[in-house]
Amino acid sequence: MKGNEAIAEAAIQAGCRHYFGYPITPQTEIAAYMAKRMPKIGGTFLQAESEIAAINMVYGVASAGKRVMTSSSSPGISLKSEGLSYLAGADLPALVVNAQRGGPGLGGIQPSQSDYFQATRGGGHGDYHMIVLAPSSVQEMAQLTIKGFELADQYRMTSMILADGTIGQMMEPVSFDFDIKEQPAKPWATTGTKMAREHNVINSLYLNPELLEKTNIERYKKYELIAQTEAMAEEYLTEDADIIIAAFGIAARVSRNAVNEARAHGIKAGLIRPVTLWPFPSAVFAKAADHAKQIISVELSMGQMIEDVQLATKCRVPVSLCYRVGGMIPTPDQVYQAIVEANEKGGK
Amino acid sequence: MAKVTFREDECKGCGLCVDACPKGILQLSKDKINKKGHHPAECTDKDACIGCTSCAIMCPDCIITVER
Amino acid sequence: MIVFDKPKSLTDVPLHYCPGCTHGIVHRLVAEAIDELGIEGKTVGIAPVGCSVMAYDYFSCDMIEAAHGRAPAVATGVKRSDPDNLIVFTYQGDGDLASIGTAETVHAAARNENITVIFINNAIYGMTGGQMAPTSLPGQVTQTSPYGRDVKACGYPVKICEMLSELEGPEYLERVTVNNVRPDMNAKRAIKKAFQNQIDGKGFSLVEVISSCPTNWGMTPKEALKWIDDNMIPYYPLGVYKDRSAGILGGKKEG
Repeated sequence: MKGNEAIAEAAIQAGCRHYFGYPITPQTEIAAYMAKRMPKIGGTFLQAESEIAAINMVYGVASAGKRVMTSSSSPGISLKSEGLSYLAGADLPALVVNAQRGGPGLGGIQPSQSDYFQATRGGGHGDYHMIVLAPSSVQEMAQLTIKGFELADQYRMTSMILADGTIGQMMEPVSFDFDIKEQPAKPWATTGTKMAREHNVINSLYLNPELLEKTNIERYKKYELIAQTEAMAEEYLTEDADIIIAAFGIAARVSRNAVNEARAHGIKAGLIRPVTLWPFPSAVFAKAADHAKQIISVELSMGQMIEDVQLATKCRVPVSLCYRVGGMIPTPDQVYQAIVEANEKGGK
Repeated sequence: MAKVTFREDECKGCGLCVDACPKGILQLSKDKINKKGHHPAECTDKDACIGCTSCAIMCPDCIITVER
Repeated sequence: MIVFDKPKSLTDVPLHYCPGCTHGIVHRLVAEAIDELGIEGKTVGIAPVGCSVMAYDYFSCDMIEAAHGRAPAVATGVKRSDPDNLIVFTYQGDGDLASIGTAETVHAAARNENITVIFINNAIYGMTGGQMAPTSLPGQVTQTSPYGRDVKACGYPVKICEMLSELEGPEYLERVTVNNVRPDMNAKRAIKKAFQNQIDGKGFSLVEVISSCPTNWGMTPKEALKWIDDNMIPYYPLGVYKDRSAGILGGKKEG
């Protein structure tokens, strides 16, 4: 199964019956899958007139308390950013997939990780975050989609699957043997009062500055809790590592090979792969900084995650960047060479 | 016997009811000022009201109750 | 016996609109239609951005505040979340519906989305202080067309009912006004029909209400209602632009 299809099937299994999207490469398989499947299971697939309309349809279904998703790629996510901000402001749960491509502007259609800042900082206007999940296998595309829906409902916020064209197109076997939790009740949803309760209002407007401040502070308390409890990372051979690679998604797959190569040559290399990009698994990096001599951030961007690595390690260890952009992917050899160089240099 | 009542404190004194009244018995009060600072609408001849609801139909603030 | 009172599907929150603003009249007509059809408990309203942004405080049904212009897309989502049980309406001004949200409006109509759209056309941006709207009349003086709307520089007003009537999608398009007692009652009939259409599953029903903005037009409420007759209606003729079930199939309107 393709990575993009794994996302779509996992969403259906998570109980998502509403999908809205607008065509853009390289995530089209998700829409195509939904177009085929949704009508057969009593769901809704709708090709919207724009990304902006699609995210607002998501906002509508989310308001009504049902699981809902949209998917797009970088330029489309920019358009959706208005809606992402409103979803955050109205505390609505939703799942958004970004199969990243190179930018800025129209950029290219090849894989990229250059929307890291946009995703982890919120993307739209205002103080807010999304939960950002970074799969690095087709299995994880499915698994994190389900996790994304569950976290979105639990915390009433948007989960974003920050994937890229490579993993979306990659074919791997997937097991759908998931233990899917029951969806929580949503007494706040606009499902009609049935004349049995006060009206529910979904809104992000607070003209009273004290109230807006209070709402934002409350929301950030929630973010703090999430940062403490939901950060996830996979560690590979990090325990005794002198050189640690920080990489997510496709970059992590490449880096793992490079780490193996380095170990084969007697270099103590390891890999930390953030699975959640927000919240960033800072504690894992902080711990690694106790013994590592150098950290290399391997990215398909001009260096975005590297800033979070530096923050997490409080610059106690030198952090260097190994990257390709424009749709290019670093080769295992390029990463291996970076490890060798770092090992020679020593570091702290 | 028709009766028109205004929730005086919510009146914004726009006068649309005054123009709508076919009997010409509504006016904006010349001496009263309500909580909002407007001269509220009032009926000058309660007996002449026919309960046609024209005033209420034109009231943008839904402050008029009509009984018949 | 009380023959006229505030409808039940309006809350007790006092409306914040300027004196003589016809938003309040249209709010009441929508609420009366909801009351008379007995649908308050299953209705979800979508408020726009603009003067009526706080409509969510005024209607006692469930309400959602949408981003500027996006109400038809949000309504699409809500309606499709439970199409058999929910009645969904949007309440939008001219900047919201006919400028920033034109795409959402046109495509909801083209899909014949089974929703009700209440469109307030007062030819100006009220909330932001009186700027030129997509529906401002040629020559109309506003804050951003201080010498009058120059059609050479900024084009002609968008006539929503005429434009949408060319589409095969929508079920019902009618333009009404609320500048006097009889027009108010006619507007009520149209609004109620737009809800009834949704109950009957007929599809996209839009009622354009030619409204006033005394504050930003710089007139008394009374003068503003007359300005509707003298200036707005000649440019925006009232009437049914499409009513598929009644055999009025749209296209170019006579007169």
